[in-house]
Amino acid sequence: MAVKGQRPHALTDVPFHYCPGCTHGIVHRLVAEVIDELGCEGKTVGVASVGCSVFTYNYFNCDMVQAPHGRAPAVATGVKRARPDNVVFTYQGDGDLAAIGAGETVHAAARGENIVAIFINNAIYGMTGGQMAPTTLPGQVTQTTPYGRDVKTAGNPIRVCEMLSSLDGVALAQRVTVDCVKNVKQAKAAIKKAFQYQMEGRGYCIIEVVSTCPTNWGLAPQDAVKWLRENMLPYYPLGVYKDIGEAKE
Amino acid sequence: MGERVLMKGNEAIAQAAISAGCRHFFGYPITPQTEVAAYMSKMMPKVGGVYLQGESEVASINMVLGAAAAGVRVMTSTSSPGISLMSEGISYIAGSDVPCVIVNVQRGGPGLGGIQPSQSDYFQATRSTGHGDFHLIVFAPSTIQETVDLVNKAFDIGDKYRMPVMILSDGMLGQMMEPVVLPEETNTAKDKPWAACGHQGKRKHNVINSLYIDPNELERLVRERFEKYKTIQATEQMAEEYMTEDADIIVVAYGASSRVSRSAVDMARKQGIKAGLIRPITLWPYPVDTIKKVAKTAKVFLSVEMSMGQMVDDVRLAVNGAVPVEFYGRTGGIIPTPKEVYDQIVRLNGGVQ
Amino acid sequence: MSSLNILLAGFGGQGILFTGKVMAYAGLMEGKEVSWLPSYGPEMRGGTANCSVCISDEKIGSPLVVTPDVLVAMNLPSLEKFEDAVVPGGIIILDSTIISKKVSRTDVKVIYLDASKIAEDNGLKGAANMVILGRLFKETAFCSPENLDKGLQKTIPAKKMALLDNNRKAISLGEKSA
Repeated sequence: MAVKGQRPHALTDVPFHYCPGCTHGIVHRLVAEVIDELGCEGKTVGVASVGCSVFTYNYFNCDMVQAPHGRAPAVATGVKRARPDNVVFTYQGDGDLAAIGAGETVHAAARGENIVAIFINNAIYGMTGGQMAPTTLPGQVTQTTPYGRDVKTAGNPIRVCEMLSSLDGVALAQRVTVDCVKNVKQAKAAIKKAFQYQMEGRGYCIIEVVSTCPTNWGLAPQDAVKWLRENMLPYYPLGVYKDIGEAKE
Repeated sequence: MGERVLMKGNEAIAQAAISAGCRHFFGYPITPQTEVAAYMSKMMPKVGGVYLQGESEVASINMVLGAAAAGVRVMTSTSSPGISLMSEGISYIAGSDVPCVIVNVQRGGPGLGGIQPSQSDYFQATRSTGHGDFHLIVFAPSTIQETVDLVNKAFDIGDKYRMPVMILSDGMLGQMMEPVVLPEETNTAKDKPWAACGHQGKRKHNVINSLYIDPNELERLVRERFEKYKTIQATEQMAEEYMTEDADIIVVAYGASSRVSRSAVDMARKQGIKAGLIRPITLWPYPVDTIKKVAKTAKVFLSVEMSMGQMVDDVRLAVNGAVPVEFYGRTGGIIPTPKEVYDQIVRLNGGVQ
Repeated sequence: MSSLNILLAGFGGQGILFTGKVMAYAGLMEGKEVSWLPSYGPEMRGGTANCSVCISDEKIGSPLVVTPDVLVAMNLPSLEKFEDAVVPGGIIILDSTIISKKVSRTDVKVIYLDASKIAEDNGLKGAANMVILGRLFKETAFCSPENLDKGLQKTIPAKKMALLDNNRKAISLGEKSA
C-alpha cells in the first residue's frame, strides 16, 4: 500500500499537547517539512520560547535549547555566533516575541542576526489562560481586558512585520496564515525561503503566522477560523513586508 | 616563564579568558568593568573570536546561554547592577547545566549606588544569583596575577562540573595595574557530547532545558545537582592562610579588603600582637574547613569587608560558636585603610602590651 | 628604600596617570613589587585626576595611597585636598607655575618646581609632568636611570614613540632643576 503522508523526520514521535483547533500543530509540521526538504536537520538548532510552544523542544528532532521568556532571539544569537554553520530558528508566540522579548527581537533584527523567527500571532496569551497580548485587537475581550481592549488605557496592538520591516538587518518579513490549503502552501513557501536565506547568510527573517486560539477565544475550531478571517486578517494583512530578494549570482 | 608585564585588572581578565580558549564574549558597558569589553572588542577579531555588545545585560547573558548550550567557552562581564539584570539568565544557565564564566567587578549599591569599589554583592553571589535552588562557583581573586590564574581555572572547573562560575572582582582590582605573567595558551578544546550544535544525523537530538513540569522529576534533578554541589564543597574549597599558626586574632577577608587586612596584620605583628589572616579564595564553596581548623586555636575572628557585613555570616556558620566573631566594614565605595583594620585588631587585643 | 608610596594629582589631561605608569613600570624593571591605581569615573571628565603608585620590596597591600611619602600636586585643588595626608618627613612636589599658594606644613620637604614654565621655555609644552618626574627621580632615586628610561619606553604607546626624546629631555630638565 502506498503511503500518502507520514510524519516528517524532523518531528519526534511525541503527541502534541495543543488544544483541538490550534494551529501550532500545522506550523510545527510545516517547519519540519522544510527542514526535511532542505536536508538540514543534522545541523539545525531550534530555540523554544515560553508560552504554549514551550514544549517545542520535545517535538522537533533537531537539537533544541529552551530560552527564558522573550529571550529566544538572544539565545539564538549565542548559538548562531558560536556555531555559524548551524541553522538556527526560534519559535515564539506574541507575548514572548512582541511584549517581554520586544527588545531582544528588535535588536536581533537590527543586527541582521542570521536566524529565523517563526512568530505565532494569535492575539492572546495561551499558556497562562487567555490574557491580553501585545497583538490583542482593539475591543477584544480577554481575561485581563474583560470590557474589551481599550486602546486609551491598554495601548494599541503592535504590527510586528510592519515595525521590523523598517530595520536594515531584516532580510525577510512576511505575514502568513494557515486557515486554508492555499495559505498553508504559502506559509510553507515563506518558511522555506526564510531557512534558505539563513543558509545564504542573508540576515534576520521573520515569518509571522496569524493563528487561532479556540480555547482562549472561547470559540469552536471552525468558528475560530472564521473569527480569524473576519477580525485578525483585516488588522494584520497577509503579505510580504520586506524581502531583500533572491541572492544575486 | 613569560615576561612580567603591567596590566590593568580588567584587561588581564580579558586576556586570561582568551588564553583559556574563550572565543565568545557578550556584554554591555558599565563602569568599572568596561575595559574588559573594550579589550575583548579589540582582541577577539584578531584571534578569530566573537565580541558582541548586547542591547542589555539581559540579552547578553542569554547570548551566553545560547553559546554555552552550543558547547563553546563563553564569558560575560559586568558590574553589580548588571548582575541583577543577568540573574534571570544565570538561573536558567544553572538550571540547564551549561558552563560559562561571569565576571562581576563590584561597585557600591544598592540601586544605581556608586561606581567605586565594593564587596556588597557577596550575598547575591553566594546566596541567590537568581531564583531557585542553585549555586555558582565563586572565585575571589586578590591580585591581578591571581585574577588571571583564576579566570583560567574558572573555565576548566565550569566545564568539569557543567555549571556557571563567577569571578567576583571589584572596582579596585579591576582598575589597578600590577605586574602579571600571562599564561601560555593551551589546548582547551573539550568534548561536549551534550551540546546543542546539530546532531549531524549521528545521535539523538540534544535538548538544553530547565523546564520540568513534573515536580517529582524536578526534585530528582535538583537533588542530583546538589549531590554534585556536595562533591564540590568537599574538594574545591580554596583559602590562603597568613600567620595563622600561632594567631589569637584571625582576620577573615577576601579580594580587595584582604590586601588591606594583610597590611594590618603586619602592623599588628610589629607591635607583638598575634594576628593572622584567612583569605577565602572560593566564596562558594566557602572554605569552612580552613576556618574550622583555625577556630580550634584562635581566640577571636574579625570579618573585614567592603559591605555592611555579609561574609561574616559564613564565618559565623563555620566557626559555629567556638569563639566570638566580630565584624568591621566600610561601604558605599570606600576602601578601608590598613590603620582602620589595625585599630580593630588592637581593640580585640585589648590594646597594645 | 623598602617601600615608596606616591600620590600624583592634578587636572585630567596633565599626564598624571601616564607619569604614574612610567614610575610603576620603572619599578617593575627594577625588580620591585609595584601597583598603580587611578581614580576613575565622572571625576575624570574635566575634573581632577589622581593616581596612587606603590613601589616596594615587599608584597603590596592596599594599592590605594592614603598617606603618601611623595605627593605630586599639579593644581591647587589637589594640593589642598592631599597636603595634610603626606607623612611627616615626606616630600611635596608642586608645579609652581600653576600653584601660587605656599605649603604651610613645616614637617615635610616642599619643592616648588616651575615645571610648566620650564617645559614651555624649552619647547616642551605639555611635558611638565615629565619635568616633575625627573625631579622626583632625583629626590628619591626610586630606580636606576636605565630602568627609568625603560619604564618610559614601556609606557609610551608605539604610535607615539616619536615623543620619546622630548620626554627624555623633560625628565633631564627636571633632574637638573635640583
